[in-house]
Amino acid sequence: MMEMTIVQAINTCLSQAMENDETILCLGEDIGKNGGVFRVTDGLMERFGERRVVDTPIAESAIIGAAVGLATRGLKPIAEIQFLGFIYEAMDQMVGQAARLRSRTEGTVTVPLVVRAPYGGGIHAPELHSDSLEALFLHSPGLKVVMPSTPSDAKGLLAAAIKDPDPVLFLEPLKLYRTIKEEVQEEYYEVPIGKAAIVQEGEHVTIVTYGPCVVTVKQAVAQLQEQGVSVEIIDLRTIAPIDYGTIIQSVDKTGRLVVVHEAAKTGGVGAEIAAVIAENCMYAMHAPILRVTGYDTPFPVSSIEAEWMPTVTRIVSAVQNVMKE
Amino acid sequence: MWLNQSCLEGEVEMWLNQSCLKIDTASVLDEDCSLSETFFKRTATDEQCIEMYKHMVQGRIFDGIALKFQRQGKIKTYPPIRGQEAAQVGSAYALNSNDWIYPSYRDIAASFVHGMPIDKFFCYTMGKMAGQHLTDLSIFPIQIVIGAQFLHAVGGAWASKYKGEDSVSVAYMGDGGTSEGDFHEALNFAGVYKLPVVFFIQNNQWAISNPIHKQTASQSIAQKALAYGITGIRVDGNDVLAVYEATKLAIEKAKNGEPVLIEAVTFRQGPHTTADDPTKYRDQAEVEEWLTNDPIERMKKFIITTGLWDERQEEELLNDCEEIVLKAYEKALTIEKTTIPKVLRATYETMPQNLVRQLQQRGEV
Repeated sequence: MMEMTIVQAINTCLSQAMENDETILCLGEDIGKNGGVFRVTDGLMERFGERRVVDTPIAESAIIGAAVGLATRGLKPIAEIQFLGFIYEAMDQMVGQAARLRSRTEGTVTVPLVVRAPYGGGIHAPELHSDSLEALFLHSPGLKVVMPSTPSDAKGLLAAAIKDPDPVLFLEPLKLYRTIKEEVQEEYYEVPIGKAAIVQEGEHVTIVTYGPCVVTVKQAVAQLQEQGVSVEIIDLRTIAPIDYGTIIQSVDKTGRLVVVHEAAKTGGVGAEIAAVIAENCMYAMHAPILRVTGYDTPFPVSSIEAEWMPTVTRIVSAVQNVMKE
Repeated sequence: MWLNQSCLEGEVEMWLNQSCLKIDTASVLDEDCSLSETFFKRTATDEQCIEMYKHMVQGRIFDGIALKFQRQGKIKTYPPIRGQEAAQVGSAYALNSNDWIYPSYRDIAASFVHGMPIDKFFCYTMGKMAGQHLTDLSIFPIQIVIGAQFLHAVGGAWASKYKGEDSVSVAYMGDGGTSEGDFHEALNFAGVYKLPVVFFIQNNQWAISNPIHKQTASQSIAQKALAYGITGIRVDGNDVLAVYEATKLAIEKAKNGEPVLIEAVTFRQGPHTTADDPTKYRDQAEVEEWLTNDPIERMKKFIITTGLWDERQEEELLNDCEEIVLKAYEKALTIEKTTIPKVLRATYETMPQNLVRQLQQRGEV
């Protein structure tokens, strides 16, 4: 075991994967000598050379489109989009191309591609550097979307994403890149895609969350515990496909559900989960399902981002509301 | 003949503009359909000339039957190739079987030349997913989004280079596609990484209803290569021999790390698709003018004049081609239909919970 941040965990995973598999190559903007703007790929070019760690021109559509071309010809590209907000430039290549090729060829052409991108607010970044756009991809059949919140999940889920035969969007919570440290297994291991984690068991209410909000939810739950509320926290870890089984089982037990995510509310991951719970757990429910999310606006300027993102106060208040029922 | 960076050296003044470039359209057959070797030496043997001619005729016969079948409701929307047979056949004929093509929806004759069975295309237009099973062929699935395949070809060429394969990737597109961002990003990547890729543009003058002069202010599409440090060439796309020679030379260059953009100047004689009515936006006079420059008529004149072909052989060929197409259609009819459960199972390698649930709700698990 070794103490690592999320940045170190991802870097270690990339390095180990590339060492074991010559077909893996990384491509993206500033990922080579510079090691990526967040240093996630630091040292990889020195270690594996310019053939396998490739600095690209600034062209997101080409990064994903070329990666689709590489993936369909026997290689395993790991593409980096510098900030998730820039992926709009590559939407056709992600959704119209990478996600669809297996389906439109009945599995005769597959796209074993990993796209990594940091997302989320809280670091006072300029416009379009903080957006959480995961719901766009939840609504894009053919893709998997992985959103770890801890160093050990980041390392294991990235390994699973690399092994996955389908295109995986691997989203990295940039606010947590260096703020959490934990003991991580040094040897290569996988955490299965599509399995949620029960971070904490509880009896009264289920909170489903993922990514950077896991940390905020934990802080809120500490306060709620003092008030005698027992909360079950589920970290989704993967938002496509969603681990419905784990959520349904938990809500059947608690009868109350609050979903917390940083992305805008309407049409988001929370909406999907609320619908599935309504379909499956209606008679177990003691209270309406609530969502604590970003507002239905573009991610705002940095001066007000802390208030825009789900806060401990808003989460505590939502739980108190469902506990009234 | 070749447009490359050296065309911009020498007498270039301060401003770089259209006048800095002299652009010819390279051909092999002259106006009388006789051989002219101003641009290329003809390297295609007599047998190869006949083979290319047969492929072109096969393409046209297919086209006519497909149009008829669409009108009869036997197949769905179809994008005719009539007029572009030389561009498609001449280019694909220059490839080896291990070279890859990245076709758009209209590059049907090119795909046939590169080995796609005709029944596959029928399946595709009948809404059977089996039409996209191209296993064992170096043909990427047909592209619908304009320009997206250029980037896949770049990635494919990159994979060849990475693995040390002796294979070139050829991407097909029309003039309209050159306005897409993916076109420019693809050329840029190809230039930066010196990839074994050939970009083959059929400038058929019309992108649905938009004529070429409203598509670009450039005097040629070929010259766009220069902006990305790659080589361009403009070739008579209705001259199958010229297209063949240009592509052959381009492939050699590409294999040496010199990507090439080929502009084949041709004409879409028919509608954009069976859902389109070109009389709404283009002059019949323009069509008539291009019909006098029909690629198949030109090649036929050349092979008859040179004694390689006669009317008896022609008649036999037409019958053979028709029989091949009709047989392919019969085969397509027997191929398994696409079903909802098949689609649900084909979206991921392993079905996730939501799809399993949807399959169960249909009572099919």
